[in-house]
Amino acid sequence: METSIIIETIVKVIVVLTVFSVLAGFTTYIERKILAFMQRRLGPTNVGPYGLLQIAADGIKLFTKEDFIPANANKPIFMVAPLITAATAFIAMSAIPFFPEFEMFGYTVRPIISDINVGVLFVMSVGAVGLYGPLLGGMSSANKWALLGGARTAIQLLSYEVVSGLSLLAPLMMVGSLSLIDINNYQAGGISNWIIWSQPLAFLLFTIAGFAETNRTPFDLLEHEAELVAGYATEYSGMRWGMFFIGEYANLFTISFLISLIFLGGFEPLWFIPGGLAIVLKVMFLIFLFLWTRASWPHIRPDQLMWLCWKILMPLSVLNILVTALVIMI
Amino acid sequence: MGFEEFKNRNISEDYVVVQEDNYPKTSWESFKQVITRSVKGELFTGLKITFKMMTGALFKGEMATVQYPKEKLPIGPRYRAVHKLLVLLESGEERCIGCGLCEKICISNCIRMETRIDENSRKEVLEYTINMGRCIFCGYCAEVCPELAIVHGGRYENSSEQRAHFSLKEDILTPFDQINQQTEFAGYGSVSVDADEKIKKTPLSY
Ligand code: SF4
Ligand code: SF4
Repeated sequence: METSIIIETIVKVIVVLTVFSVLAGFTTYIERKILAFMQRRLGPTNVGPYGLLQIAADGIKLFTKEDFIPANANKPIFMVAPLITAATAFIAMSAIPFFPEFEMFGYTVRPIISDINVGVLFVMSVGAVGLYGPLLGGMSSANKWALLGGARTAIQLLSYEVVSGLSLLAPLMMVGSLSLIDINNYQAGGISNWIIWSQPLAFLLFTIAGFAETNRTPFDLLEHEAELVAGYATEYSGMRWGMFFIGEYANLFTISFLISLIFLGGFEPLWFIPGGLAIVLKVMFLIFLFLWTRASWPHIRPDQLMWLCWKILMPLSVLNILVTALVIMI
Repeated sequence: MGFEEFKNRNISEDYVVVQEDNYPKTSWESFKQVITRSVKGELFTGLKITFKMMTGALFKGEMATVQYPKEKLPIGPRYRAVHKLLVLLESGEERCIGCGLCEKICISNCIRMETRIDENSRKEVLEYTINMGRCIFCGYCAEVCPELAIVHGGRYENSSEQRAHFSLKEDILTPFDQINQQTEFAGYGSVSVDADEKIKKTPLSY
């Protein structure tokens, strides 16, 4: 019994790691393509059919590029920072139920690495720890641009973390559980039961905070190329740089899965669409939304982000909690 | 004239100076501005536009990319790229009479030729080279040439180990077997083919 659980977990971990590493690479391709289409360009076309092998080419490039460490950098911290980003991005995934349970060879597979009863809290906090990567990377690079990027990381963390936590509180109060599976099961029974309808404000706030957490445009402060060269990643090259970006894309998937699990009905079947496919479609749509906004919206300044998060979104989320509490009491 | 009047010259009634007067002063006003702008949905208009661009590019053939090495944009006849030395269409004789005007006028001093007087006491051009590393494609040489011998061609893909590869006499002279492919110079100083549509009438023609 015990060994079977260990083996099962290891297999799941390996599957999640490989699938999402590959997906992260694939998302870079999708991102380039979609951004290109939105600017009426073609994007990658030359490597392989429709440029599909571009991922492989990028991978080869990243692995063979010189791993450069600046002379004055704080070596151990500089070297470990990308690992933090990548590792935490995958650790956060361990509490996410990706699909509904299914049977394989007469054996019930639960596609979640560990169903801990504080799932949401775990995912959010590990995601927040992930920002140590850019922060430490920026501070140890001995480069002013990187330092500024690191400082902005701190600003960003301070701004959105409160909003994302508070905005999740209201739906959690309704469900009464921190486990993502419970939250998902709460929305069983069709679109009308989705939490987005009872908590539209929370959905909006959490999505905005999600943009900040994955540092996607418009909250792309950490590596704002017009202001900061490449921000915290200025001095990174080769696979260390690559790890930052695998982490970033893995985070993107985490947030998309979180949003669809908490607000959009998760892996409940949708009309005739089975649950597994439904959640994949939702996640794909959310990823598209992230890319879409990147093509459309301008960046904002750090002070604007702080202003927005502390003066608008935080009060709104507190208000949302109060109203929800009142409604639940009555 | 006061500064206010000076600012207001020639402004029509419906001219709106963006954020000149209604720039938010207090924090409440800037809050209101944020709210009105969010509710107005400027951001969503932006999303709509990019989406329209995408569908246009994908399904309506409005893709802007030219896949350059595979396909080329047409260039205008007056484009000044690597030179050509033209020949006489009837006889295939070289047009260049070795007068040296181009050599003289070239402002970057990059044309060099070797001439001699041949048996018939005519000047003959033995070598004619242009240093493409220095040529700035100003077109003076083409303009000054009395024989329309040196002209600018349309060959602009000149990457090579040595740019001399493009500019020796045998490289730019029309080969003898391709005389029928040589078109009369439609380059520097000539009117473009669609000139009639482009040129507006002068007052005299009314
Ligand atoms: S184009 Fe100008 S610079 Fe070039 S060879 Fe002719 S005169 Fe000289
Ligand atoms: S100006 Fe014309 S004719 Fe005279 S040397 Fe130059 S190319 Fe020959």
